[in-house]
Amino acid sequence: MAEKSTQPRSFQEIILRLQSYWATKGCAIMQPYDMEVGAGTFHPATTLRSLGTQPWAAAYVQPSRRPTDGRYGENPNRLQHYYQYQVLIKPSPPDLQALYLGSLEAIGIDMDLHDVRFVEDDWESPTLGAWGLGWEVWCDGMEVSQFTYFQQVGGHDCKPVSGELTYGLERLAIYILGVDHVMDMPFNDPDAPIPLTYGDVFRQTEEEYSRFNFDTAETEILLRHFEDAEAECEAILSHPAEDPKTGKRIIMAHPAYDQCIKASHLFNLLDARGVISVTERQAYIGRVRALAKKCADAFVQTGAGGYAPESDSAA
Amino acid sequence: MPDLLLELFSEEIPARMQTRAAEDLKKLVTDALVEAGLTYAGAGAFSTPRRLVLALEGLTAESPDVTEERKGPRVDAPEKALDGFLRATGLSKDQLEIRDDKKGQTYFAKIVKPGRSAEEILAEVIPATIRNFPWPKSMRWGAGNLRWVRPLHSILCILSDENGVRAVPFDVEGIAAGDTTEGHRFMAAGRFAVTGFDDYAAKLKKAHVILSAEERADHIWHDATNMAFAAGLEVVEDKGLLAEVAGLVEWPVVLMGEIGEEFLGLPPEVLQTSMREHQKFFSVKNPTTGRIERFITVANRETADHGATILAGNGKVLSARLADAKFFWENDLRIAKSDMSAWTRSLENVTFHNKLGTQAARIDRIAALARDLASVVGADPDQAETAARIAKADLSSEMVYEFPELQGLMGRYYAEAAGYPAEIAAAAQEHYSPLGPSDDVPTAPLSVAVALADKLDTLAGFWAIDEKPTGSKDPYALRRAALGVIRLVLVNGLRVNLDRFIDAQLIRIEAAVNHDLDDSALTELLQEIAHHGVFGAAFHAVKDRLDDLHDAFLDLETKVPDASDDLLRFTHDRLKVHLRDQGIRHDVIDACLALPGSDDLALLVKRAEALAAFLASEDGENLVQGYKRAANILAQAEEKDGVEYRYGADVKYAETAEEKALFAALSQAEAAVSPALASDDFPAAMSAMSALRAPIDAFFDTVQVNADSAILRRNRLNLLHEITASCGKIADLSRIEG
Repeated sequence: MAEKSTQPRSFQEIILRLQSYWATKGCAIMQPYDMEVGAGTFHPATTLRSLGTQPWAAAYVQPSRRPTDGRYGENPNRLQHYYQYQVLIKPSPPDLQALYLGSLEAIGIDMDLHDVRFVEDDWESPTLGAWGLGWEVWCDGMEVSQFTYFQQVGGHDCKPVSGELTYGLERLAIYILGVDHVMDMPFNDPDAPIPLTYGDVFRQTEEEYSRFNFDTAETEILLRHFEDAEAECEAILSHPAEDPKTGKRIIMAHPAYDQCIKASHLFNLLDARGVISVTERQAYIGRVRALAKKCADAFVQTGAGGYAPESDSAA
Repeated sequence: MPDLLLELFSEEIPARMQTRAAEDLKKLVTDALVEAGLTYAGAGAFSTPRRLVLALEGLTAESPDVTEERKGPRVDAPEKALDGFLRATGLSKDQLEIRDDKKGQTYFAKIVKPGRSAEEILAEVIPATIRNFPWPKSMRWGAGNLRWVRPLHSILCILSDENGVRAVPFDVEGIAAGDTTEGHRFMAAGRFAVTGFDDYAAKLKKAHVILSAEERADHIWHDATNMAFAAGLEVVEDKGLLAEVAGLVEWPVVLMGEIGEEFLGLPPEVLQTSMREHQKFFSVKNPTTGRIERFITVANRETADHGATILAGNGKVLSARLADAKFFWENDLRIAKSDMSAWTRSLENVTFHNKLGTQAARIDRIAALARDLASVVGADPDQAETAARIAKADLSSEMVYEFPELQGLMGRYYAEAAGYPAEIAAAAQEHYSPLGPSDDVPTAPLSVAVALADKLDTLAGFWAIDEKPTGSKDPYALRRAALGVIRLVLVNGLRVNLDRFIDAQLIRIEAAVNHDLDDSALTELLQEIAHHGVFGAAFHAVKDRLDDLHDAFLDLETKVPDASDDLLRFTHDRLKVHLRDQGIRHDVIDACLALPGSDDLALLVKRAEALAAFLASEDGENLVQGYKRAANILAQAEEKDGVEYRYGADVKYAETAEEKALFAALSQAEAAVSPALASDDFPAAMSAMSALRAPIDAFFDTVQVNADSAILRRNRLNLLHEITASCGKIADLSRIEG
């Protein structure tokens, strides 16, 4: 085992260490997706890239929004906006558990003092039409990551299977840095000329968004936008594969998928506003899932999705 | 005789699947070995979070030769037939035996299938078992096709005997079986070889793995109770949690921690649920105050700081969880104290079932039914309605959203906080009961009224939309609801004719789901039922009174009784199952069901119990035989003659003493049975009936029913009818089997 690493001193240092750890393990370090998503899984680098036969290895931070989790910045570890660290490797390597444990060491968790456990937690995303088997990883009773072997995404069987790791960064960092409240956590180095806490950066926005999400987001506009995103997604996919301007085969899987992401976030906002009944809820989830499936169908027809033109001409 | 040791080493197996998987492994492998001709002296199966293990003792080293004889063609058959037979058996002509068969001289082949070594058999059986293992859920990983519960990493498979140890040669999708394994994930390093089960178990223990789940559970419970005892406290027993935790660790280390002072005011059930569900902690309570004051967690390792870091971490996680619970509790209390009906109102937006409308509409129906039932259970109608209206309010609370299993209980806390009387608050908690066959049945009148109304509404609702249980499918737990109704009625000895309440609820449901129906007609119909208690009469009264009734209303004439009868049949079926468990045969219940008033379950059971006791007596059993004899002779005669013998048995045509005695006995019995039945005293009625046994026996012994004289014959047949009619008052004895 490598020599014990020093303790990180800030939220950002933990992120930087994860970035560098997974970079040394061969992952492409990607940047957050530039849209509102509920979890890192929604990033096309995970959702779409877990489809098809092409090998893939990527890691990235993804800002994630869960409107119903807003607590006006008062809860010690519940936030409506937070960061996930996401790793996706396809096919899943045989030593993925060991690689994962190595990442915990890298961010300062001493395996000789802590109790790390893999506790059954099957993952399912009804909106993505995706499921996998795996665990939530516990460190001293705290869930620090989700570890999943994807079995199906967008209704497609994953072959090969991707291994997905998702770290809840704030929760993990609070623990490692030994603070009691997320808002008290050092964001940058506490000895920096201008030391900033997580609260300095996010307390106000948590308040603002909590109020907005729960009480003022205009539901009629949200509903309209939901319908628009749904229609746009389907419209994008209805275009023929061949682009009339360039003559190239260009299936617009990603632009369509953006609309699916939008619909999903709008649904989350509507849910937080409490205007979706239990039955309607299922119907909305079904509508987003239908979009996700269509995007997945489209993606596997693209080069990145494993489509090879030769096989087309041979057929 | 070698011993077999098999270990399938994988990434962490879900705790809930381990025990079953170990048993499955044992059964599948041993069945296949026996099938292949091997025997063994003993088998043991074990599991840890990362391994499934099978140990077989005294396995035969090889399967015996099996000799099979096959019959060939006759000696005088064409050459071709013989050639074919030789090809099929792989023998030459001189190896065949010629014997006499029925049809003449015939060739016979003796084919010896040589035995195979245990290694060879195992190398087939184990990979096949792995490939077809019955995991509740399995997965693929990497680029492979093998399915296992989680990625399978290594296989240890050895045979050991006095000649030494050998690995069984096979591989499964590139995983070669060998003689090595590894120990604890963090507390032991490297792989090691083993030579047999004892060596394996000992080396594992050294490598910080306790192989037996039972031993791990014992260890946890022992340490946990000791630790609590030393602090003057006690662990709240939780066998399910203990088994689960034993499946989460290979090397259990028990640690006890404190719960923050600020959380000790939370209801103990909230503390316990939050700790168990989220953290898999045991609760530790103060035996004098009953308060939960500490927690016990089970770590998977020892550490240099004796678990201090682990305990501190767990305590911190718990505080965050409880902070959430406290947030919910305080918010909920604030709402409950200001206006609990806000919660009920918000249930207008919650769908109960898409064909049965919202939770709020359902609550209205339950409240109406609870009001109707109040008089039956001895509760105040207004209170019953109020209790029903607030019983489900907690479904809107944040605590129940977070912990659905606390529904009802939280309702009680919140109703108390809102200032409702204790009985109403208790009804909120108890109205879900009984949940299973052994769950406590509420007895407080208000709780009983709401519990019955809740269950009857559920049943009537799903009957109205025709979503009844089929086979093993019962997604809305309707069998459980029916059993709940049965137990509520029986335990409380409620004398209630369920029929009219089911009819009324079906009408309320129709009103909610069928928008073509006119509300005022339904209201009148409900009032009529409340008045008459009989649907048919009520329906006709309303029909005669009102003009211009819509077809939808007229359809109710058959729809309601059909659904109601079917639901009652279903309830009777559940009752049979319930009583069977208590030792009352289904035919005994069938015999009682044939009598009127079978929707009064308490009466039905009283009758069935008396009948069962009666049938267990010698008199009872013989009376049934006499009854059946009478019924048979009567039925045959009626069929032959084409007339019914029903009236007019006259003692003046009685010839013999036995015949006269029977007449006398019947009228005596009649005089005793009728008043007994009128007061539902079934044992007395049955005992009066038992006096008939001797006269009936004597009658059949001495009197010929089919006498030559037509008058005598008719009189005797009519007498037989009196026997069956008399017996028929206590039960339909023709249903009794045997």
